[in-house]
Amino acid sequence: MANTYEAIATVTVGSGGAATIEFTSIPATYTDLLLLTSLRGDRSGVTQAVSLIVNGSTTTYTHKYIRGDGSSVISFTGGSGWMNPGQATAASSTSNTFSNGKIYIPNYASSNNKSFSFEDVSENNGTEAYATLGVGVWSNASAITSIELGQRDYGSLKFVQYSTATLYGIKNS
Amino acid sequence: MAITYEPIATTTLSTATTTVTFSSISGSYTDLVYVIYNKSGATNLSLRFNSDTGSNYSSTQFYTDGSGGVAALQQTSTTRALAGVGGADSLITGNVMNYSNTTTNKTFITRGGGGGTYIDLTVSSYRSTSAITSISFQQDAASTDFQTGSTFTLYGIKAA
Repeated sequence: MANTYEAIATVTVGSGGAATIEFTSIPATYTDLLLLTSLRGDRSGVTQAVSLIVNGSTTTYTHKYIRGDGSSVISFTGGSGWMNPGQATAASSTSNTFSNGKIYIPNYASSNNKSFSFEDVSENNGTEAYATLGVGVWSNASAITSIELGQRDYGSLKFVQYSTATLYGIKNS
Repeated sequence: MAITYEPIATTTLSTATTTVTFSSISGSYTDLVYVIYNKSGATNLSLRFNSDTGSNYSSTQFYTDGSGGVAALQQTSTTRALAGVGGADSLITGNVMNYSNTTTNKTFITRGGGGGTYIDLTVSSYRSTSAITSISFQQDAASTDFQTGSTFTLYGIKAA
C-alpha cells in the first residue's frame, strides 16, 4: 500500500526570528508538494503579507486571490517578482496567535509551468482578521527544488519565534 | 500508523481528449479527492458521476478574475456539476464526501483557478443515493478538449 503523504522537512523559527523560511534540495521523487504554515510576523499591524519564491527566481509569477475580512470581500491580481500566498498575523494581532495556511503545488517536477493554490486564515480575536483563497502560476519549465517564504513586500521584517512550516511530498502511485 | 490517503488512479494526457473518466471506483474509502492540472482550455470544468445525465446536479460558486470584485453563481437541477474553473496552467482540487454511502445525496467542494484566468470556490450536490463509482470530467459542456500534458489524479481517504 502506497504511503501517499510524506513529510519532507519542517522548519520552526527560533528565538530572534527569521527573515525567511526555506526548503532546499527538494527531491523530485513526488508528484505534488503541500506546504502547511503557521506564521506570525513582527510588522506593526495585524497582518503581514507573506512572499513566496521558488528556485531563487524573482520573475514570471502571477497570482489572484479573494480575501475577506468578515465585513467585505475583495479580489486582487498581482505578482511578477514573487507570489503572495496569504497573510501572517503580525505584531498588533492577538498575542500568541498565528496564521494557518496551505499551499498546494502539483507536478512540481514537471516541464510544465507550475500552478499553485493557496488558502489561509489569520485571526485577531474577532476583529480585522482575514481569510484568503488564491491561485498562482510560476511560468517556468524547471523542476522546483527550493521554496522560500519571506517578507519581500517589506524588506526588513521577520517571522517570529514558533512560526512553523512543514513541506509534504505527495505521490500519486 | 494507518495510511489514510491513497492514490486510486492517475492519468497524464498524451493526446487531447474531450472527457476524462475514472471508473470502477472502489467503495472502500470514506472520501475522494481529485487533483487536476489543466494545461489549457475553457474557463469552466464540469463533472458527472456514474454517467448520470439527469438533472440531478446543483452548484453554488463564487469566483473572480482578480480585478476587484467577486461574483456568485447558483445553478440548480442541471445535467452536470461545476468542477472548478480552469484555463491555462490551472489547478483544480475537489473533495467528494461520503461518496459510497447508499443513503444520502452526495456533496462536494472544489477550488480552482489559474494565475491568468479566474479563481473559484464551489460547493455542489449530486442528488442520488447511489454509491459513486465513476467520475467524468469535461471542459464546459464538452465543447473543448483537455490538452496534452494535463494530469488527473484521484485519491481515496479513509476515516479509519
